[in-house]
Amino acid sequence: MAPAAPMGRGGSRAAPAAAAPPWHVLPDEVWEHAFSFLPADSDRGAAAAACRSWLRAERRSRRRLAVANCYAASPQDAVDRFPAVRAVEVKGKPHFADFGLVPPAWGAAAAPWVAAAADGWPLLEEISFKRMVVTDDCLEMIAASFRNFQVLRLVSCEGFSTAGLAAIAAGCRNLRELDLQENEIEDCSIHWLSLFPESFTSLVTLNFSCLEGDVNITVLERLVTRCHNLKTLKLNNAIPLDKLANLLRKAPQIVELGTGRFSADYHPDLFSKLEAAFAGCKSLRRLSGAWDAVPEYLPAFYCVCDGLTSLNLSYTTVRGPELIKFISRCKKLQLLWVMDLIEDRGLAVVASSCNKLQELRVFPSAPFDAAEQVSLTERGLVDVSASCPMLESVLYFCRRMTNEALITIAKNRPNFTCFRLCIIEPHTPDYTTHQPLDAGFSAIVESCKGLRRLSVSGLLTDIVFKSIGAHADRLEMLSIAFAGNSDLGLHYILSGCKSLKKLEIRDCPFGDKPLLANAAKLETMRSLWMSTCSLTLGACRQLARKMPRLSVEVMNDPRRRCPLDSLTDESPVETLYVYRTIAGPRFDTPACVQIV
Amino acid sequence: MEIDADNLSATELRLGLPGTSSSDDWQKKPSPSVGAKRALDDTRSEASGTSPATAGDLDHDTAAPPKAQVVGWPPVRAYRKNTFQAAAAAKKAEQQGGLYVKVSMDGAPYLRKVDLRMYKGYRELSDALDALFTKSISAAAAAAEGGEHQHAIAYEDKDGDLMLVGDVPWDMFISSCKKLRIMKGSEAR
Repeated sequence: MAPAAPMGRGGSRAAPAAAAPPWHVLPDEVWEHAFSFLPADSDRGAAAAACRSWLRAERRSRRRLAVANCYAASPQDAVDRFPAVRAVEVKGKPHFADFGLVPPAWGAAAAPWVAAAADGWPLLEEISFKRMVVTDDCLEMIAASFRNFQVLRLVSCEGFSTAGLAAIAAGCRNLRELDLQENEIEDCSIHWLSLFPESFTSLVTLNFSCLEGDVNITVLERLVTRCHNLKTLKLNNAIPLDKLANLLRKAPQIVELGTGRFSADYHPDLFSKLEAAFAGCKSLRRLSGAWDAVPEYLPAFYCVCDGLTSLNLSYTTVRGPELIKFISRCKKLQLLWVMDLIEDRGLAVVASSCNKLQELRVFPSAPFDAAEQVSLTERGLVDVSASCPMLESVLYFCRRMTNEALITIAKNRPNFTCFRLCIIEPHTPDYTTHQPLDAGFSAIVESCKGLRRLSVSGLLTDIVFKSIGAHADRLEMLSIAFAGNSDLGLHYILSGCKSLKKLEIRDCPFGDKPLLANAAKLETMRSLWMSTCSLTLGACRQLARKMPRLSVEVMNDPRRRCPLDSLTDESPVETLYVYRTIAGPRFDTPACVQIV
Repeated sequence: MEIDADNLSATELRLGLPGTSSSDDWQKKPSPSVGAKRALDDTRSEASGTSPATAGDLDHDTAAPPKAQVVGWPPVRAYRKNTFQAAAAAKKAEQQGGLYVKVSMDGAPYLRKVDLRMYKGYRELSDALDALFTKSISAAAAAAEGGEHQHAIAYEDKDGDLMLVGDVPWDMFISSCKKLRIMKGSEAR
């Protein structure tokens, strides 16, 4: 193979100019180098599809792999195709598992992935698992198999305990990040923190905020003291306020802090101690935690407010006035997660103070209690959308909305990339006109051309889906609940929405026809979830027959023991989960899940 | 996890459409092995409905889509739900309960603690204290000359003053009481 000879350099007039080697015979190393500049996996994937040599070069040089659906390919496929991977991310259960709609023991075991990785990727450095079942055995295997393991990130996972964490602490000499987000971790009362050896100093991120049990604070202090590069520290509820002050003094360089437990009683000495500790944290930019924060302590944070870019008070039950005083000092905020206790007047203050805001999430403080009303309405969102020009991502729980408000919001902020509105009571119409909210959401999709994620709610007819199908060209994820009036609604979505990857639907009157009519669309998508709609088993069987590269999962009432085979085509289907896969049907389904 | 619910409803024969109430069982409950602290006190949250509903209430189900119990709606993550409700419950308990004060009795070898929020009024408190200190009271009665020995109950308020229990309304009392002291009849005079 001719080496890549530089053209014309140093060439004299005497010698004839050497012909440039044709590009398709350039050695793999050149392509690998070229591909390293492609940031997005989709670009790399496109390059790999161009020709065999590019395929070869790309797959051998791929360092980061993201498997968005753990059943889309087998672990062995992944390891075989990309032998040089150093960082892998795998996601398991469908999104609605977060809300209890997926039966327990559904699947998404991490073990086969860890086993395949241990075998095929000995140099693996990073693992991220989201919504998967990770056992202590998995963690032990991780600790034992990868000598340069550096980053472990577990998000919304379950199945492991502090024993597994102990294995990681003891075995991963070069660990940089241990990031545990919202997992269910069994507390075996093992002092896993103590298992980080005294010589271990490489930690940059330590997040154990979701851990329920106690940790040995002295051990934690020593760990924090010797890890000079620690940038992110997120404590759990077991760490009291005075210990927080001590920890901060030992790690004044931190950038991201998740506080522990706030004490219920106000003590002036403790306040001063905290205030002094925070004053020393000149690099602090991101703050979270503060679960049961008592308003009297908030001023202790004032000295860091100026520098904060990210504030997650979504577990804080502090009410409006104190909250507002605090947030209004954070003029550089880019991300704000807060409870609806902030109310409209609080959001009005956010609108005027936090002009750099990019992401806003407002969570419901009493989602199941209609009686306890908080004055958070469409007004708050309108204000923020009007005054925060960089706002592009919104998650908003409220109890009432109007078309006019949505139209105004759409006009104010055509730069939305993520718009998720959850009106708490299903089928809620525009409260002033009593009309469906079709016009409002239509305005959103027509105006926000870059919208990638959308969740709709309230009273909606098929009309809104016609708009979404026609206008939401960049939409990748759509969540629909209690909406639509006929098959047409689903048909509009599946026949439109050019970029749709994930569609999740619950409690809508959508039936078999649009599903079968748009079967081919499903192969262009990652997954489709439909629960409590109007589907029959016959349609699912037909879909499975028609589309062999889709896995069609039907989830039954867990108490039903009768196998799917004996049910007629007319039998209603409670939950359908369809996803494309090159791995064929999986074999780890529980009794209530059947692959059609 | 759902073992109890399974046994209960497994004995029920129903021909209702799937999804009318079957999804109730899929409501993810924290597994028993996960810290009991996670267990939700509020059964209403199990049903995730907007109306108060008992988790096992399947009898009134019809084939029509249920209005009440809606699983997984509003879409609040189980983790957030658990965490927030636990905190809210604790906070409510703090605001409405769990006010422990020391009770000393002259002559008693050790002090006791009572939760003032457990009682609705002075009568109940007095009875409870009697029950706590019966031995000491009867011992004192025996040691003294006999006759009536009313013990006076006094309390130390926020300012540190010793006050006689019973003068102010109950709610005001429990918010200002820091310590209780049962005094011998003779001293009280």
